[in-house]
Amino acid sequence: MDHPIKRDHARFRKIVKGKIRDNLRKYVSHGSQIIPKGTDKFTVPMPSIDIPRFKFGDKSQGGMGQGQGQPGDPVDGQQDPNGQPGQGEVGEGEGNKELEVELSLEELARILGEELALPNIEPKGKKSLASVVDRYTNIGTTGPDSLRHLRRTYKQALKRQIATDSYDPENPAVIPIRRDFRYRASDTKVEMQNAAVVIYMMDVSGSMGDEQKEIVRTESFWINLWLKSQYKDIEIRYIIHDATAKEVDEHTFFRTRESGGTLISSAYSLCKEIIDKDYNPNEWNIYPFHFSDGDNWSADDTKLCLDLLDNHIFPASNVFCYGQVESRYGSGQFYKDLTAKYGATCEKLTLSKIKNKEGILDSIKDFLGKGK
Amino acid sequence: MSRTKPISGELLALKNQIEQYAIDYGLDFFPQIFEVCDYDTINILAAQGGFPNRYPHWKFGMDYDQLSKGYKYGLQKIYEMVINTNPCYAYLLQANNWVDQKIVMAHVYGHNDFFKNNAWFGNTNRNMMDVMANHGTKIRRYMERYGADAVETFIDKVLSLENLLDINELFETSALKRSRKELVDQEKVESEDDGYLIDDRSAALKSFMRTKARTSKKDEKKDEADDNLPAERTQVSTKDVLGYLIQHAPIEEWQADILGILREEAYYFLPQRMTKIMNEGWASYWHSTIMTQKALDASEIIDFADKHAGVMHMSKQNINPYKVGIELMRDIEYRWNRGMFGKDYNECPSMKDKIEWDTKLGKGREKIFEVRKSHNDISFIDEFLTPDFCERQQLFTYKYNPRSGRFEIDTKDFNAIKQKLLSQLTNFGQPIIEVEDGNYMNRKELLLNHIHYGVDLDVNFANETLRNLFAIWRRPVNLKTKYEEKEVIFHFDGKEFRPQS
Repeated sequence: MDHPIKRDHARFRKIVKGKIRDNLRKYVSHGSQIIPKGTDKFTVPMPSIDIPRFKFGDKSQGGMGQGQGQPGDPVDGQQDPNGQPGQGEVGEGEGNKELEVELSLEELARILGEELALPNIEPKGKKSLASVVDRYTNIGTTGPDSLRHLRRTYKQALKRQIATDSYDPENPAVIPIRRDFRYRASDTKVEMQNAAVVIYMMDVSGSMGDEQKEIVRTESFWINLWLKSQYKDIEIRYIIHDATAKEVDEHTFFRTRESGGTLISSAYSLCKEIIDKDYNPNEWNIYPFHFSDGDNWSADDTKLCLDLLDNHIFPASNVFCYGQVESRYGSGQFYKDLTAKYGATCEKLTLSKIKNKEGILDSIKDFLGKGK
Repeated sequence: MSRTKPISGELLALKNQIEQYAIDYGLDFFPQIFEVCDYDTINILAAQGGFPNRYPHWKFGMDYDQLSKGYKYGLQKIYEMVINTNPCYAYLLQANNWVDQKIVMAHVYGHNDFFKNNAWFGNTNRNMMDVMANHGTKIRRYMERYGADAVETFIDKVLSLENLLDINELFETSALKRSRKELVDQEKVESEDDGYLIDDRSAALKSFMRTKARTSKKDEKKDEADDNLPAERTQVSTKDVLGYLIQHAPIEEWQADILGILREEAYYFLPQRMTKIMNEGWASYWHSTIMTQKALDASEIIDFADKHAGVMHMSKQNINPYKVGIELMRDIEYRWNRGMFGKDYNECPSMKDKIEWDTKLGKGREKIFEVRKSHNDISFIDEFLTPDFCERQQLFTYKYNPRSGRFEIDTKDFNAIKQKLLSQLTNFGQPIIEVEDGNYMNRKELLLNHIHYGVDLDVNFANETLRNLFAIWRRPVNLKTKYEEKEVIFHFDGKEFRPQS
């Protein structure tokens, strides 16, 4: 049986998750508060979980230290004005570090899913691939030396020596012989594989400012989080466009600032090319996302866009998501055009308007709420 | 399931050896029990204040979470835990290497001696292991009866007030004696039938009965007092806020019991919070003395020096109680060995004479034994901190510079340092808050008074804390304090928190 503290610990984790759920809107609108740690862990700052007490305010208090230095010298490690001050509370071992909790991708995604009541995604049936994976979880008696498991080998040798009474506690030398050797061995597992690709397209024309891009960045963080929790393998591609489109890496995607006109069709045709080249719709779950402020160069180009969507992108993708970020300069015309053509409820198309950072959460729900 | 096991073999032999050294040096301690455990267990114990059994609460889980992470990332490691009980339990980390175990054992005998002899520990319950376990059982039962959430919520509220203690409660005041006598009388009446002598009962049982007796007594009083309740609540002045709430707040019996339980535990830990510098200084003094003079093998010197230096490291952001404690103990020993105190020494005009001063008094050891008996951190610093010492130890105070936005060294002046240190230690580092009126404005509101010594309270925390207090008092609560040089009363009426000036 586990120690009772594990229950206290589980309870603590539950409270933490509850807190995150309660404050999800806040976390989402300030995406930078959640820090990815490695590939599938996140650190979430938790300012307010500790028990409140009457205590002294920090800054008026100052503190005491020991070491070299003259009046006016900064105290080490305190340079950051936003950092937590050293409390110097002599009687107490506890500083007032901000509590940081670690959550796994699954936990964070589950919170998002529960809060937004997101349905699990039904992968397109035929796109499930069975793949065979070898995992070295077993121990065998044969194998190459490079896979020899030393600890198990010596354990075996010790067992044998004790069993045959050749072990001498006075001189505890354990010498493995040939048949004591143990090797890591593989187990074969069949795993169902659902592969997905997200293709982000973003309008980087002059009318898309930093704030708009920040919204897209935050939103894509959460969308990626959710899709990663739904698919075992996920690939992410980025396209930026103004009058022409090009494929870029993540870093460039969020930082480029172009100017000039906007031809949305350029992005859509590049998207089509990428799908044609790399992602067979019969094997992949394809999620194109397009973020823009709704300005397009001409009605002709819009017609071209709709054409591309109808004939190429819709048939290939699970769902096509268009997010229109409100901007002072954008007309928002493209949203209207899409609505006019497809209506508000189209199988293959999800539309969402994102007014500001606070609107991100609702927009995520728009996009992912259909479970496709 | 036992996660700890008694030491045996080589460790037991080592224990006997170190214990003999401790005896030879004149340390006077409770019987000492060492147990070994793995790091997960020691993290659990540390999260639970050293005790294997506590009441269920998420804060232990939170501390455990932090400790485990700290260990996992190699940021911190706990070598040992020692608890103030009789016999004195200490836990060693199984993975410690041999020198570590030696240091830890020697260190533990220092703590044990301190627990037994320091005056502030005189009234602590040495049977806390059982008492804590009983508390756990009782609270678990309340959870079964009244719902885990209700009980947990109430505990959350009470923990919010856990630091509002009166250090004088550690000593028996006449009022305390009287109330205890009443309780004992009551217990006698109750126990006549079974023919036990009161004193034969285990302290744990007595603690259990005390809360029982208190709650039943409280009930009677409540019945009588119902009619003239406002008259009973009048101006008081007590820092024992938890004690006051048990008596006067409109709470259920089980809630009063939980308040009593948490109050008892808080007072149990109080002496340790008041003697951190002395206690760690004393234990460090002894581990270093025993190790360097007796226990250390020549081959272990480097390892010992490494570990010892790690424990003694100085920080610019914080006072390390181990470091200041041991240095001050050594300084006292040195001064009393050479008679460097008193009128003649203090008034000696020649710096050279002062430095070379030596009356061959030789009373150093004797003096520090005396100090460990009668002082707490405040009186320890007040009496023995000297300008020489501050300079040698490179002590300084720092404060926040709004212009540069960082903390900067403020001064190295002796008086300022002493002042700062004492103010940090005052009331074990917590704001001094007392109940001033239980019928404030004649509206059964509670008025707390923060005795302001120059440092403002954190307003957000004060707000949250008042909310929790309101949940117990169930009438508006007020806190009188000073904020940014102005007298102010923070008022919380169940809905809104606002300052009134």
